[in-house]
Amino acid sequence: MKKILAILLMMLALPLAAQQNTATPEVVPPPPEALEGEGGLQVTVTDESAWQDLGIAIPAFATNANVPTPANTQGTAALGLELARVITADLRNNGLFRPVGPDSLPRPQYAEISAPNWGTWQVRNAQMLVHGYVRAGEDGRLTVGCYLYDMQLRNQLVREGWVVQPAEWRRAAHKCADLIYSRLSGENPFFDSKIAYIAETGPKDHRVKRLAIMDSDGANHRFITNGQTTALTPRYSPDYQSIVYLSYLNGNPRIYIYDIGTGRQRLVTQSANPTFAPRWSPDGKYILYSMAVGGNTDIYRVSAQGGESVRLTSSPGIDVGGSYSPDGSRIVFESDRSGSQQVYVMNADGSNQRRITFFGGRAATPEWSPRGDQIAFTHIVGNFRIAVMSPDGSNLRHLTNGWQDEAPTWAPNGRIIQFFRTTRGSGEATLWQVDLTGANERRLPTPVGASDPAWGPVLP
Amino acid sequence: MRHLITALTAASAFALAGCASNAPEELPPQPAPVDTPAPAPAPSGPTPGSNADFMAQMAGQNVIYFDTDKYDVDSEDVAALQAQAAWLQRYPNTTATIEGHCDERGTRDYNLALGERRANAAKNYLVSLGIDASRLRTVSYGKERPVALGSDEAAWAQNRRAATIVID
Repeated sequence: MKKILAILLMMLALPLAAQQNTATPEVVPPPPEALEGEGGLQVTVTDESAWQDLGIAIPAFATNANVPTPANTQGTAALGLELARVITADLRNNGLFRPVGPDSLPRPQYAEISAPNWGTWQVRNAQMLVHGYVRAGEDGRLTVGCYLYDMQLRNQLVREGWVVQPAEWRRAAHKCADLIYSRLSGENPFFDSKIAYIAETGPKDHRVKRLAIMDSDGANHRFITNGQTTALTPRYSPDYQSIVYLSYLNGNPRIYIYDIGTGRQRLVTQSANPTFAPRWSPDGKYILYSMAVGGNTDIYRVSAQGGESVRLTSSPGIDVGGSYSPDGSRIVFESDRSGSQQVYVMNADGSNQRRITFFGGRAATPEWSPRGDQIAFTHIVGNFRIAVMSPDGSNLRHLTNGWQDEAPTWAPNGRIIQFFRTTRGSGEATLWQVDLTGANERRLPTPVGASDPAWGPVLP
Repeated sequence: MRHLITALTAASAFALAGCASNAPEELPPQPAPVDTPAPAPAPSGPTPGSNADFMAQMAGQNVIYFDTDKYDVDSEDVAALQAQAAWLQRYPNTTATIEGHCDERGTRDYNLALGERRANAAKNYLVSLGIDASRLRTVSYGKERPVALGSDEAAWAQNRRAATIVID
């Protein structure tokens, strides 16, 4: 991943000259002399019904000059429209806002980006207004500016800009959506992140399972394995450099660390025993995995660089999974040592193992929230439901009510959970996400069937 | 696979050469795929000691079934495993893989562990009947390879299984 350059200007306007001699990205408000375009608004679409939900207006991003760019065959003007569409979709899909996108809004001129034509938006009851621009530099890189305005106060709440390679233009849109979301909600960002998952095709008894990755909104989809061997349960490393996952390569289920840059992979441990359920530590230095020896499964820890494994559990039951607390001090995992799958917590060295789920049914696939305040898991009482609880096992809340909803994974900011849903009969699997209220549930678009989602952190 | 491709290529080349010797006016049609007839089965049935022989002899008893979340060997399983052990003792040079499977009503990782338990339960019983452990390999497929495709108790019961397969 090419690094994205970013600079936070907030309310401070830096002079253009101060930045030109550095490698730092330039983010500049459009020059005020361009204000001559005021009054020349072009209304592209008028849709009365769309105005009723207007909370955040996100018109197309302007450009100083419509020039060719590899990011869009029709140039930077069309790219400005696409940027606003991506931001609108991000905000709409998180369930908190009712954004109105560029397809039903007038298109502001370049000069208006730093000086909105308040009257245009005031009459449409926009409480918040997003403006932005995109400019192509001589080196081909794109500068994208993002501005959030409060219509009541008629002032700027926040602005930020990024310089990106054309191929990474969507990241600038996600960064802008993150900026808006964070400023308005007070929560940490999460849109600029990626998801690893398993793509599924074929009939139930001959299902092909491939490792695949995509952006948090489903864009930039890519298959990594070709499906000749079954792949399961991927997890992105915190630095996005590698993916740990299970493969039946050579006939046995074992965990491999796949290097995204080189395309090479290696076994997480050389043992001939089956290994599965891999998880990263928050700092990326360790991998938790489960290994069955003579039929008995326990949880082990190994350095991501290799070396000797440390056995963390030793019960005669199945101990499997495992998810670190954000500070790395504790691990939540599942065990059937009491007779059925239940959730346990232990210290990171394996000490002080104790059960935390006592509310009936089975409790599986625990995942510690990146905020540390909750644990998501699969609650099995007849059907499989996604649920959350406090790390001490109290405050159980169900978020979904499908026939088989399984394997929660947290958004990087701990506010949204993805999981996969299996259809009774066909066994077809799809990815879904739900917010912590349980009210906003949505299917994620994927090219084919999908399971085992794993949401990575915000991109570095 | 490689052998098959080689065989087909050789067959195609032979067909082309045969046509060329007749010096046809027109280009001959593409040779049809050569359907090599399968070797006629021996009148006595499958080759003794092969997986086909094992399957025929077991008549379904190459698979044992488990209750939900369970991996214990019950009396019905014992009869099946005794039959498997008898066959394996008759052909002491054979090796076998025991596949552990689960129904779809379990979480993925847990089912991988549970399938491993079931395969090992079957293996351990065969070992207790005198089969050398080095002849028996286990592999868990969790819920990845169902044989019954429904989503009901009858299908799930068929999928909670340990299947022994002789390696030819």
